[in-house]
Amino acid sequence: MNKTEWPLWEIFIRSQHGLAHKHVGSLHAADAEMAMHNARDVYTRRNEGVSLWVVRSSDITASSPGEKDLMFEPANNKVYRHPTFYEVPEEVKHI
Amino acid sequence: MYAQLVETGVKRLRSLEEMGPEERAFQERVDAGIRIEPKDWMPEAYRKTLIRQISQHAHSEIVGMLPEGNWITRAPTLKRKAILLAKVQDEAGHGLYLYSAAETLNVSRDQMFADLHSGKAKYSSIFNYPTLTWADIGAIGWLVDGSAIINQIPICRCSYGPYARAMVRICKEESFHQRQGFDIMRELCRGTAAQKAMAQDALNRWWWPSIMMHGPRDEASTNSAQSMQWKIKLFSNDELRQKFIDQTVPQAEYLGLTLPDPKLRWNEALEHYDYGEPDWEEFWSVLNGNGPCNRERLRARVKAYEEGEWVREAALAHAAKQAARKAAKVA
Repeated sequence: MNKTEWPLWEIFIRSQHGLAHKHVGSLHAADAEMAMHNARDVYTRRNEGVSLWVVRSSDITASSPGEKDLMFEPANNKVYRHPTFYEVPEEVKHI
Repeated sequence: MYAQLVETGVKRLRSLEEMGPEERAFQERVDAGIRIEPKDWMPEAYRKTLIRQISQHAHSEIVGMLPEGNWITRAPTLKRKAILLAKVQDEAGHGLYLYSAAETLNVSRDQMFADLHSGKAKYSSIFNYPTLTWADIGAIGWLVDGSAIINQIPICRCSYGPYARAMVRICKEESFHQRQGFDIMRELCRGTAAQKAMAQDALNRWWWPSIMMHGPRDEASTNSAQSMQWKIKLFSNDELRQKFIDQTVPQAEYLGLTLPDPKLRWNEALEHYDYGEPDWEEFWSVLNGNGPCNRERLRARVKAYEEGEWVREAALAHAAKQAARKAAKVA
């Protein structure tokens, strides 16, 4: 067995439709250049995108599911941030 | 099915009342159809079962390249060769998506390879049969990939997020595989008498192994209940097998081929095909390592891995050297 595995990389692709890069999966590669080549072969065999990002998995800091409530609950009780919160009189247009 | 007989290590299903608070919260999320993600709490048996199932699935994709790779250099035309190359490359990709999904459960890729090479981890019984003629490539795409699609579409909705997402990608690509296989069969069936006979011979050899791909009969499938409670299996082996048979029989009729099962007939009352019993002794024997090609397949995998060792080491050494050079330049 190998003593050291190639590090893991996360792969992001921007599709042709002008959307932001989106995470599509991960793969192992010795360095960024190889990660880029492998990502092309593994994740873009069918015109999935026009731009690739590869990021070392160990460089990503993720929020913890245990702190989900603490992190995201504050957004839930601020309904006034949504336009539907406000009543618009029927005779008023274009607002 | 690419994952047959996945041991759950659980003897009996437990009700919500019997579970501790963490496990109950977990089961309630699964019941509510909320995906479990890598960092979420999960029962150890769920984690281990998923590792077995996903890695078995990944190994099947990788070992599955061998019987088809056998025909790349001998494909009858350049068009068929290009198609087969693309198909085999897809299988490699599917294996890689699945290994990545399994790695989110804290098992290393090297560990999974080691388990495959030692014979501890299984892969689908179907890939232990030989590909004797070009028609076998048609039969594999049509029947084996056809069976795989039926099995894999429900897994797109399974409870474990990374596995479900990998399956979505795989299912999108799989339909090309089945169609190119059917296309090979169709061309052979419209060809000379010898070509049609070759297609029939391939069907005769691949039909029963394809039926057995879906795993043992429900009553012999002791791990299904737990896997279903965890929603990593959504339909029973017999349900999936029936679906495969029902949709494949008319396709064989279209080709003018005869399925090698004298008991096969339409059951008007059930609106399904009745079919004969596969040779389960053969199934267990292949699964336990004694099929026609088990040893050859493992030997090929181990050889590829061992002979690639120096490449993996060299790539790492190169990366380290480049990184050191870059660091020196900055300093």
